[in-house]
Amino acid sequence: MLATIAMTTGFLLILIGLYGALSNRNILRMIVAFTVANTGVNLVLVAVGYMNGRTAPILNDAVAAGEAISRIIDPVPQALVLTAIVIGVGITALMLAYTYKLYQTRGSLDIAKHTELKW
Amino acid sequence: MIKRFTLMLLLAGLGAIFAGLIQNYVADEELNLTAAYYAAHTAEDIGAANIVTAIIVTYRGLDTLGEVTVLFLTAAIIGLVLSQGNRQQQQPQRKLPPAGELLVTGTRLLLPLILLFGAYVFTHGHLTPGGGFQGGAIIASAMLLLLLSNPMKRFSHRLITVVESASGLAFVIIGLLGIAWAGGFLDNRILPIGTFGELFSAGAIPIIYAFVGLKVGAEFSSMLVSLSETEDL
Repeated sequence: MLATIAMTTGFLLILIGLYGALSNRNILRMIVAFTVANTGVNLVLVAVGYMNGRTAPILNDAVAAGEAISRIIDPVPQALVLTAIVIGVGITALMLAYTYKLYQTRGSLDIAKHTELKW
Repeated sequence: MIKRFTLMLLLAGLGAIFAGLIQNYVADEELNLTAAYYAAHTAEDIGAANIVTAIIVTYRGLDTLGEVTVLFLTAAIIGLVLSQGNRQQQQPQRKLPPAGELLVTGTRLLLPLILLFGAYVFTHGHLTPGGGFQGGAIIASAMLLLLLSNPMKRFSHRLITVVESASGLAFVIIGLLGIAWAGGFLDNRILPIGTFGELFSAGAIPIIYAFVGLKVGAEFSSMLVSLSETEDL
């Protein structure tokens, strides 16, 4: 149940992000929309790793090392999402830097004013 | 109008695909083969309480090296892209309003605490939820606070580069020591595994994660500094 809720939220965030990225003309708004979609993807990935009635993949007094196999959720998607978050920050920073350069050359953040690659 | 219609059609199609995925999703009851191996062998082989850390730093350590390299490339490209126009003027065109008393005093109070917390998070990555990437991001948030309280503050790019390069080099050297003294590249058993659950345990993981934390903190800081230096144009 929890996994389904998280997964639905994640897919909704992806759709909202795509809608925002495709319907806005302002580049900064598109970047924000992309980060929303990125968060949605991460949420879906983490939700796939969730298993009912299990706990976080950290061994301590509550989860002894011996019974870890039957008590913890899948740690692999979590490691993957950690990587994805960090790379997502890098991508966002790159998009912002390029946007700044575009603004410098054209004086506008409207995507319709940047026509070099239009077809 | 036709654009909006196509967009809605696209989103409805994607939504239908997603709905199908959710409806047919059945959560696993058992760990899959890879995850079961990690769950069963981490405590014994790696000695780290946090299994996610064991995967990131040791089992898939090479991928983490690649990830750190991608971050380095990003920071380098941002520095390259943003540095070109900057030499023209050093003085801001408009006068910036002074930062508020609360922000300035709060920064002075919070800055050491945030740095300490960041160091805590990356040195305890093998025991608690956390690690190098999270700790590095916390350290970079301290830099962000400094930049917020004084947008014209300039950091030494040289210092950031030295920290970043030195910790990246140390990461690779520890990995190479793993080939010489233990099972392979980035093997954490070049140091004794120690008592499970203590700070000095899990072999080289705390050291590797401290270097990763410094490197990520320096990279994020360099991005923030590059972006903030565009402000005076």
